[in-house]
Amino acid sequence: MSLTARDLGLFAIMFAVLALVATFQSPQLAVTILNMSLISAIMALGVNMQWGYAGLFNVGIMGFTAVGGLAVVLIAQPPVPEAWAAGGLGVLLGLMLGVATILAAVLVYKRMAPGKLRGLAIFAVLVVGFVITSQVFGPATQAVQAVNPASEGYLGGAGLPVILAWPVGAVFAAGVAWLVGKVSLGLRSDYLAIATLGISEIVIAVLKHERWLARGVNNVTGIDRPVPRPIELQPLPWVQSLAETMGWSVSQAASVVSGLGYSALFLIVLAILIWLAERALNSPWGRMMRAIRDNEVSARAMGKDVTRRHLMIFVLGSAVCGLAGAMMVSMDGQLTPGSYEPLRFTFLIWVMVIVGGSGNNWGAVLGAFVIWFLWVQVEPAGRWMMEMVTSGMSLESELRRHLLDSAAYMRLLTMGLALLLMLRFAPRGLIPER
Amino acid sequence: MAEPFLIGEAMTGGYGGADILHDCTIAVEKGQIAVIVGPNGAGKSTGMKAIFGMLKLRLGSVRLNGEDITSLTPQARVAKGMGFVPQTNNIFPSMTVEENLEMGAFIRRDDIRGTMEQIYELFPILRDKRRQAAGELSGGQRQQVAVGRALMTQPSVLMLDEPTAGVSPIVMDELFDRIIEIARTGISILMVEQNARQALEIADKGYVLVQGANRYTDTGAALLADPDVRKSFLGG
Amino acid sequence: MEPLNALVSVSNFMLVPALAYGSQLALGALGITLIFSILRFAHFAHGDTMALGTAAVIGGTWFLQAQGVSIAPLPTALLAIPFGVLVLGLYLLAADRFVYRYYRKVKAKPMIFVMASLGVMFVTNGITRLFMGVGETRFEDGQRFVFTVREFRDWTGLAEGMALRSAQAITIVTALVVMVALFWFLNRTRAGKSMRAYSDNEDLALLSGINPERVVFITWVITAILLVLAGTLYGLDKGFRPFNYFQLLLPMFAAAILGGLGSPLGAIVGAYVVAFAEMGITFAWRRVFGYLMPEGLEPSSMMQLLPVDYKFAVTFAILVIVLLFRPTGIFKGKVL
Repeated sequence: MSLTARDLGLFAIMFAVLALVATFQSPQLAVTILNMSLISAIMALGVNMQWGYAGLFNVGIMGFTAVGGLAVVLIAQPPVPEAWAAGGLGVLLGLMLGVATILAAVLVYKRMAPGKLRGLAIFAVLVVGFVITSQVFGPATQAVQAVNPASEGYLGGAGLPVILAWPVGAVFAAGVAWLVGKVSLGLRSDYLAIATLGISEIVIAVLKHERWLARGVNNVTGIDRPVPRPIELQPLPWVQSLAETMGWSVSQAASVVSGLGYSALFLIVLAILIWLAERALNSPWGRMMRAIRDNEVSARAMGKDVTRRHLMIFVLGSAVCGLAGAMMVSMDGQLTPGSYEPLRFTFLIWVMVIVGGSGNNWGAVLGAFVIWFLWVQVEPAGRWMMEMVTSGMSLESELRRHLLDSAAYMRLLTMGLALLLMLRFAPRGLIPER
Repeated sequence: MAEPFLIGEAMTGGYGGADILHDCTIAVEKGQIAVIVGPNGAGKSTGMKAIFGMLKLRLGSVRLNGEDITSLTPQARVAKGMGFVPQTNNIFPSMTVEENLEMGAFIRRDDIRGTMEQIYELFPILRDKRRQAAGELSGGQRQQVAVGRALMTQPSVLMLDEPTAGVSPIVMDELFDRIIEIARTGISILMVEQNARQALEIADKGYVLVQGANRYTDTGAALLADPDVRKSFLGG
Repeated sequence: MEPLNALVSVSNFMLVPALAYGSQLALGALGITLIFSILRFAHFAHGDTMALGTAAVIGGTWFLQAQGVSIAPLPTALLAIPFGVLVLGLYLLAADRFVYRYYRKVKAKPMIFVMASLGVMFVTNGITRLFMGVGETRFEDGQRFVFTVREFRDWTGLAEGMALRSAQAITIVTALVVMVALFWFLNRTRAGKSMRAYSDNEDLALLSGINPERVVFITWVITAILLVLAGTLYGLDKGFRPFNYFQLLLPMFAAAILGGLGSPLGAIVGAYVVAFAEMGITFAWRRVFGYLMPEGLEPSSMMQLLPVDYKFAVTFAILVIVLLFRPTGIFKGKVL
């Protein structure tokens, strides 16, 4: 758990920059950046466990965070009784039938002797199971989706406190990770990358398409928040006096306070995770993981079950990503499957880990802060730059409009360059592993 | 005494870390067979790789036909007329036998059909299998492909790193016969061998290396007759 | 029962589109397999570099159209392909020079290469969007159909119609020609054989005097050609949207792995398997079965196994099955 003076200095600079944002741009922006940085830091921590400790390349971070986000809806939203009455049992039965089909196929695979007959039997089981399942499942979901489609049309959640959704999100992500890991770990390392890329696309497809589950692309909004809303804070006298002393408007002060409430929660989670991660890293277990990473062959020769260890760390890291995903949805108060983009949710996290310093938990956290800050700030900077470049052109110029419209994409470019430059010239990152 | 055709003289060096070779000298005359033998870890292969330029020498030099080639890369040495057959991974497994030979002649721009014909004469089995993927052949046939590939550049020196590793005794005898045949055409052979006794029987010159240094150097027959060598290295 | 109508219907809505899609995937998967066997890493920038090459072709097309150049009935884009190849070739070579070459020199682990290709992907992505935005661009011109549904009905007198779009026909023909040319190149030419040799046994290739940098150079050039063709054909067929190109990454990888990474023939077979599976499983078979079943027994449901949104799930399922049961792929790829 050692941070050098230099590391602390880097963090101090980062917070100073955020303070500048609060002063010169707006305090809300600073808090928003802070919160998203904290969430990103947790995601980066999860990825760093996989990559930094074990050398596993997970390109499906988006999927794991989205699954975590789904947990928030399923836990915190009130149930929709009419929908349950209309098709709840059918949906559950359908899901069970689906699982039963797969189990039956696995059973056939295990019990029968290899050969053409087995292949045919598995195929038959799958087809029959699929047909039966869809006969039950299809009408049930239709019925659910027909219930008050404008605002509901889904089964709703369990109506439990939203904080509970965070660990559940982690468990969800862990479950998905276990499945993926079971299939692709132990093979060539790139295969895990491709498999995770695939699963994350599928998770998003399911979220978008299965409207009975979480309303699909219609989004679930107005999810219960663990922190008072700005509206609820505005009438409070101490918020009003804070606004007065700081020279902010009351609404501004209320949203800053509300945001800082999240920050406090996130910080607690992050602190616990870092504490656990650092302890794990410096335990015999962590040393073994790194030994495996650095020389898999000799670790295997020493009798270590490398694939099992990898599966374990992969599941753990993905669970952390799921936790972060749940936190993000509960901060936004909404689940919008359409907004999950791999560039933003998978690859940006990777840039954070690499820039911060893979193998170092503090590095991942710092990387998350730096990169998220750049991600937010590069767009206006790019726009400003484009305006400078195009200032000589006439206002109606087609080219000028195009360039201004394109400023948003500058940040993809910048992030890619940051990744490439770090990888090449400072592959150990801002805070290197030690 | 005239300068040998190929000589690695007073070679000292290793793969970056500690030296493996210590003042080691290995040479071969035109059209002769020189064999390097010695216990495991004696630096036999390292000595040969040093002559072929696959590791950096701190001291000493390598000369081919009187020309100093110490600083040349292995590729450049191939162009100078040295052929090298590595111990393992010495063929292109997914390519046909004929393509393997073609790749051996990659640096040549002239007609290679004559050379290929010579190799088929030397290893008739390869002619029958020329359309087959080299990776599908038996161990002995693969070694023939490997030697054939190295001969495609028409080298003046052929270097073989344990050509008989992992092949049956019958195949080994046949390979040695072929190697003698190659030497008769005027190509110098430098070879590292585990099967010391059989190798020394066909050797004009033998080098016994121990811990990266020359221990005994003599003609093959003399080494076979030397009681010390017999006792320590040939199992009595 | 009207089997002929059923056949026409399934051809029109499933077989022909799948054949075209499979051809596009095959060209892309060939590139993945080539890069994998020569440079030995999974090229994650494949989809986005394909988008960049296609963007260059679109730019060239617009320029040619503005000049009034046309090769109607063929789409103008075909004329712009050499320009696209030039742009993408230079881009990939620059990426190699400034990014990958260094890691080759220090013999970095494959994962570092993958990471670097991720960086290249990001940059490429940004550049493409800088020029093209994120929306859909259509650049198909010339004659749109080889024959239309109406023409087909008039010729055959069948109730069910069928159309062959020019983009589909061009795709299938081009892909066939390119595949044949590539196999000829790899098996018959000196440069092609040296690539195979390098992929087979890098050290021995070096010993044989094969210049690795040259092999790498040729690999990128071929990749550029394959990518520009695949991207242009895909764009003519379905329109150009950068994100769709990124998403092609998964089916392309699935195709290459299914066929056996490093095996060009495998990549082609894998691509068609993926394409037909995707289309077949997400296809509504109701109409086809309506023709096949006896009167009165026509299916009432859509007969669609999975909604179209799940086509990635199909690809993924194929990938999982391969990884579980035969990780080396159909044609025994070189590395597990």
